[in-house]
Amino acid sequence: MASDGSQNLAGTSRPEPLLGPGHTLETVTDKISSIVLTRGTTPGWVFGFLVAFAALMLLNLVVTMLMIKGVGIWGIRIPTGWGFAIVNFVWWIGIGHAGTLISAILLLLHQKWRTSINRFAEAMTIFAVMCAGMFPLLHMGRPWLFFYLMPYPNPMWLWPQFRSPLVWDVFAVSTYFTVSLLFWFVGMIPDLATLRDRAKNRASKIIYGMLSMGWRGSAVHWHRYETASLLLAGLATPLVVSVHTVVSFDFTIALVPGWHSTIFPPYFVAGAIYSGFAMVLTLAIPVRKIYHLEDLITDRHLDIMAKVTLATGLIVAYGYLMETFMAYYSANPYDRYMINSRMTGPYAGLYWLLIACNIVIPQALWSRKVRRNVVTLFMISLVVNVGMWLERFVIVVVSLARDFTPSAWGMYYPTKWDWATYIGTFGLFFTLFYLFIRFLPMISIVEVRSLVHETNEEKVH
Amino acid sequence: MAQIFHRSTNLISRATIFGAVIIIGALGAAAYAVALSPWYTEQNVTRQQPVPFSHRHHAGELGIDCRYCHTSVEKSSFAGVPPTQTCMTCHSQIWTNSSMLEPVRASYRTDVSLSWTRVNALPDFVYFDHSIHVAKGVGCTTCHGQVAEMPLTYRAGSLYMSWCLDCHRQPEKYLRPKSEVFNPYWVAPKDQLEKGRQLKKEYHIQSLVTLQSCSTCHR
Repeated sequence: MASDGSQNLAGTSRPEPLLGPGHTLETVTDKISSIVLTRGTTPGWVFGFLVAFAALMLLNLVVTMLMIKGVGIWGIRIPTGWGFAIVNFVWWIGIGHAGTLISAILLLLHQKWRTSINRFAEAMTIFAVMCAGMFPLLHMGRPWLFFYLMPYPNPMWLWPQFRSPLVWDVFAVSTYFTVSLLFWFVGMIPDLATLRDRAKNRASKIIYGMLSMGWRGSAVHWHRYETASLLLAGLATPLVVSVHTVVSFDFTIALVPGWHSTIFPPYFVAGAIYSGFAMVLTLAIPVRKIYHLEDLITDRHLDIMAKVTLATGLIVAYGYLMETFMAYYSANPYDRYMINSRMTGPYAGLYWLLIACNIVIPQALWSRKVRRNVVTLFMISLVVNVGMWLERFVIVVVSLARDFTPSAWGMYYPTKWDWATYIGTFGLFFTLFYLFIRFLPMISIVEVRSLVHETNEEKVH
Repeated sequence: MAQIFHRSTNLISRATIFGAVIIIGALGAAAYAVALSPWYTEQNVTRQQPVPFSHRHHAGELGIDCRYCHTSVEKSSFAGVPPTQTCMTCHSQIWTNSSMLEPVRASYRTDVSLSWTRVNALPDFVYFDHSIHVAKGVGCTTCHGQVAEMPLTYRAGSLYMSWCLDCHRQPEKYLRPKSEVFNPYWVAPKDQLEKGRQLKKEYHIQSLVTLQSCSTCHR
């Protein structure tokens, strides 16, 4: 990835810098902290926040209705007992994976380009996992008994069914959320201290002061900070692979045709990173435009992310290909029927749309022009998000709607409540995201400052 | 510039972090203790009845067999609450002027049943059958406690699933010879586990898998 940059004027093939020209330690700190401290609450922010908050209130309404009436308000009918709720769960949790990959694996691999995108990618992870985690709970029908999912001492002598992947999900997702949250927070402590020191009014001094947990920037603090970051990165790294592997087990260890395959874990993980990077792009492109962060999140950053999207998209394409191939090669009539029904059955339109969104259109990213054009890149990132959602829909719904015996077939049609729940989680996600960009440093000041030194060094040569 | 935080904040923040762990743990333990307490389960709590009926007197001192009143216990899922006529088999002859028994006589005259308060009521999602338990050597007192020593009736068990599973996981701890099932004073012999295992075999008690299967009780 280091050799992708354009040739600079001197003709040597040095990569493009990851930081705009003319930045010093001070300008970086000024630029990022001023978004929180001095920019204030702009009308644009208020408008966006209110739209997101309205959607969040829609979620509130849906959940209330769900508590009163039960999951029957959704379109789930036997045989299709898993509808939007599970589709959205897998989709949201997949989106989170890019954040963890960027913050953990790329940290361990010393990829410098992660520094300016990791903070809000991690925030995206946390908010996406919150949205994801809600769906299985709401889908239980009696969410107030959610604690039955945890093994805890109880007078029923009842433990969860440890042979069920749904229970593995509980552990995978809750571990993921905890580690991501810790990682995000620990990484933010020095920046919060910067905000504390630069804050003008007493309330923000106190709040940022409490959040920065007494950070003074002493050598001991830095040493512990580095150690903690590395340890958390080490903890988070296996989670990038394990969480979506466990999620894929929901669909691999079953017997229903289409839910009985060994290829799911790797291609679910690739798909998760695929959709996650698409989501990072979807968020980064407008944010960097609105807050004029083009010299921190440079075109080169977008270019690299587009390449990762392309690469993981190809893995996903391979997964689809193998799934289809194995269905024919296995000579299992049910598996063959499952693939036929995907391609020509009642949901065939969605399948071909999925192929278009996930495989065909993203091939445009091979072109450097497309990768460097923020408009096309933004459009493709949206297309991939839609495509990955369709993938989960096809896996969840088509398999259930057409299983072994025709007498057990049945269609799934989402109701308005299904859509409202989905839109509502967008409300939750964007409400949190708006609060995040308003009140927390959305780019890591500390890590970008470390780039200043290197960028300046390059100039000297 | 003055410091925002006083020195004591260091101590307070440390105490908060560790205190949170302790408080959450303590809250969990307290919730568990409440769930097990008689206040919540009504275990060992006597209930008000229209007539202060004493099992100690009838089943203990007088030695009336359980089945004299609870007639369907061997044939039905429900042991049966006796009709007023059963009371009157004796009380038309003895204690005929007792004011305590006036509600019983009133019920007999007007043909309106006495409305007893259920002491042992399982939730509706549990399928329970008295007859199979009696037929397999589970004694009355195993679940209902020392009824022959209860002046007013109370529930001896918590009715929690753990209480059911205690026996369903290890029936040999409680099985007794069929001749002793209705003996209110039966005491487990010293070699109960060994005897219980023999009885388990003899009575063809189902495997532990079946006994603990969800659908055995939640049908």
